[in-house]
Amino acid sequence: MKHLLSINDIDKDFAITILDTAAEMARVSEGPVKKLPTLRGKTVVNLFAEDSTRTRISFEAAAKRLSADVINFTAKGSSISKGESLKDTAQTLQALGADAVIIRHPASGAAHRLAQGRWMNGTVINAGDGTHEHPSQALLDAYTIRKHLKDGKGDLSDVRVAIVGDILHSRVARSNVLLLNKLGATVVLVAPPTLLPYQVESWKVTVSHDFNAVLPTVDAVIMLRIQQERMSDLYFPSEREYSSLFGIDAERLALTKPGTILMHPGPMNRGLEISAEAADSPQSVVVEQVANGVSIRMAILYLFIAGSQESINV
Amino acid sequence: MSNSLLIKGGSILGGDVRDLLIRDGHIVEIAPSITSGADEVVDANGCVLLPGFVDLHTHLREPGRENSETIATGSLAAARGGYVAVSAMANTLPVADTAAIVEQVAAIGKRVGLVDVFPIGAVTKGLEGHELADLGSMAHSEAKVRVFSDDGNCISDPLLMRRALEYVKQFDGVIAQHAQDPRLTEGSQMNEGVIASTLGLKGWPAVAEESIIARDILLANMVGSRLHICHVTTRGGVEIIRWAKSQGMKVTAEVTPHHLLLTDELAESYDPIYKVNPPLRTQSDVEALREALVDGTIDIVGTDHAPHPVESKECEWQTAAFGMVGLETAFPILYSTLIATRRMSWQRAAQVMSIAPAAIAGYAFHGQELAVGVPAHIAIVNPAGKMVVDRAQLASKSKNTPFHGMEFQGTVLATVFNGHLTHKVGI
Repeated sequence: MKHLLSINDIDKDFAITILDTAAEMARVSEGPVKKLPTLRGKTVVNLFAEDSTRTRISFEAAAKRLSADVINFTAKGSSISKGESLKDTAQTLQALGADAVIIRHPASGAAHRLAQGRWMNGTVINAGDGTHEHPSQALLDAYTIRKHLKDGKGDLSDVRVAIVGDILHSRVARSNVLLLNKLGATVVLVAPPTLLPYQVESWKVTVSHDFNAVLPTVDAVIMLRIQQERMSDLYFPSEREYSSLFGIDAERLALTKPGTILMHPGPMNRGLEISAEAADSPQSVVVEQVANGVSIRMAILYLFIAGSQESINV
Repeated sequence: MSNSLLIKGGSILGGDVRDLLIRDGHIVEIAPSITSGADEVVDANGCVLLPGFVDLHTHLREPGRENSETIATGSLAAARGGYVAVSAMANTLPVADTAAIVEQVAAIGKRVGLVDVFPIGAVTKGLEGHELADLGSMAHSEAKVRVFSDDGNCISDPLLMRRALEYVKQFDGVIAQHAQDPRLTEGSQMNEGVIASTLGLKGWPAVAEESIIARDILLANMVGSRLHICHVTTRGGVEIIRWAKSQGMKVTAEVTPHHLLLTDELAESYDPIYKVNPPLRTQSDVEALREALVDGTIDIVGTDHAPHPVESKECEWQTAAFGMVGLETAFPILYSTLIATRRMSWQRAAQVMSIAPAAIAGYAFHGQELAVGVPAHIAIVNPAGKMVVDRAQLASKSKNTPFHGMEFQGTVLATVFNGHLTHKVGI
C-alpha cells in the first residue's frame, strides 16, 4: 500500500495493524527518549492548502518523532494562495525530493489527484480533502474507542457509536463510518434530515433524528462541529434550535450508560454542538484524542513510508 | 478543382448497394453500377451511406476562447465525425447576442468551408437571464438565426422564458433550453446520488433538470411555441417528454453521446475529464435515454462538444471546467451502443444524426434523403471499422475526451460536404 487516501485503501487486518502500531508508538512517546530513527533521511511535506492547526501540528510532531525532515507548505504566504495549480505544487514537491506528502485541501479528491502519479511519485497521505474523507482522524477515533471500550486490543465488535451533527459536510463522518464498519462496530447517525447525505440509506448505518433516544444505547458519542454558515444555507432554522435538538450538554450526557465516552474531532464550538460542561466532563476524551492523534500518525507514517521491513526498536 | 465524385458500392441507409455520382455539389445519379469517369472515386464497399450529420449543439469557442477551439479546428473535428453542419453555441466572448456577432461566426465558418456553421443566438443579453437579446435582428441577419439558447445557463425566470418562446414564433424560431434550476444546483459538481454522497462532491439533482423541463413544456404548450430540450440526462426527464409528446405538444429533445454511454461511477477517479454539465447519471438513466432515442421520445443526438484547454482539466475536480469534446466520437458511440446491437435501424440513425436536427433548426439543404437532385452532404460510415480513441489524434484543438483508450466499432470513413470530400480515412 503506497497511499492513504481513503479508509477504503486499508482492510480490517491492516487497520488493526495501524492501531497496534500506534499503541507501540504511544509507549515510545511516554518514554524518556521520544524519538525514533525510523524515518531518518526521509523528507515529509505537510501540504496544507486549508487552515488547520491540530492536524498539521499532529502530523508534524509525528514525523519529527520518527526523525523525518519536515517541510511545512501552508496556504497562507505560499504560492498556493497566489493561485498556483495543484499540479505545479506537486511538481515542486517532486523536485524537492519529497518522500511523502501529507495533504489537507478544500477540494474533495485533491489527495487522489496528487496520488494518480503523473505529477509526483511520493507517498500521499490524505489529511482531509473537502467533504470527502479524513482517514487519520477516523483511525485515531477508533484507537481512542478501542482503548476505552476494548482494552486496547482487537477490533470494535459489539461497540455501538453515535455520530452526531453535520454528516453531509463531514469528512470525519465519512471516514468514521467506513472504518467503524470495517472494525465491526455499529454506527448510528444522528442529524436533522437536511444534514444527511442524499441516499444515506445506502450506507451501512442506522439513522435517527431523536438524540435522546439514541444516547442510552451507545458506547461512544462523536460530536461533529457545526459551521455557522450552514444556517444561512437553510440547513436548520437557528443555532438555538440546532443546539436544543442535536447539541450535547450535561443533562443529555446523563442519559448515557456509565462508561460511554464523549468525543469531538475539534475545534469545538462550545455552547453550540457541545456545552462546556459536557466538553469538560469525565466522560469527555477530547484532549486524549489529540494525544492519540500523534501516535496514530506516527504509525501511519511508519507503515506507509518506512515500510514493514524495518522493525521498531522500542 | 475536382467537381465530380463517384462513391462506389455503398449501402444507402443500410439497404440497397448503389453507386452515387456527384457533380457540382449535387447527387446527379444513383445506380447499381456507374462507370462514367469522375474526378475522384471513393470505394465505399461494405460501408453505409447516411445523410451528412447535423449537430445542434456545438461549442466552437470562437470568438474569445480560441485557446480551446476555433471555428477552423472545430469544423475539421466535425468533418472527421461525419458532420456537414454544426450549430455554434452562443456562449462565446463576446456572447453571440447581436446580429454582428452571429454574422461574423457564420462568415468565418463559410471561409473555413468544411461544414456549414449555423450560429445559435443567445436568448438573453450576455446570457445573463435578465433582458431579451436582439432576437429579431439575429433572425433577420445574414446568419438567419432560428435556434436561440442560453446554453450553459438555464433561462430560469419563467416570465422571461415565456416571452422568449412567444417572441420567436414570428420567425418560426425555437428556444433550446439548458434545463437546470440554478438554485437547486448551486456549487453542484456531479449527479446527486450514492456516488456523490460517498465522494463528498456536491450533488446536481435530477429534479433540477426535470422541474425545468416540465415547466417549459407547459409554458411552450400554453403559448404554442416550439421548445427544444438540450441534453436530457434523466429517466424522469424522459418520462415527462414522453407524456408531453403523447399529448401532442411541440417539444423536441436531445441526448449527448456521453450520456448514452457513461455513468457517474467514473467520478470515483476524481478525474475531471468526467466532469460535465449536465452530469453523468446512473446506469438506469443511461438505459432510459437509449430507449427514448430508439422509440422517438428523444429526437436527436447532439454532441455538446465542449472543448477546454489542458489546464482546465488538470486540476482538482471542483475547480475544473465542465465539458467534453465529442464531435469525432459521436457516431462510433451511437453505432457501438445501439446500431451494432440492432436496437436502432439505419433509418432511425439517419433521423437522429441528420434529418431531425436539420428539421428542428430549419437548416434548408440539410438532413435530406439521399436522392438525385439533392445537395451532396453524405456521411460514409464503416460498420466494420474499429476506432481506439487517442486524444492526441483528435482534430479538435482541445483533447478533453473521456473516451481516450476506449475502443468503438463503427467509424466514419469519409464525409462529403457540398459534393467535396472534407474527410476521408487514409488521406
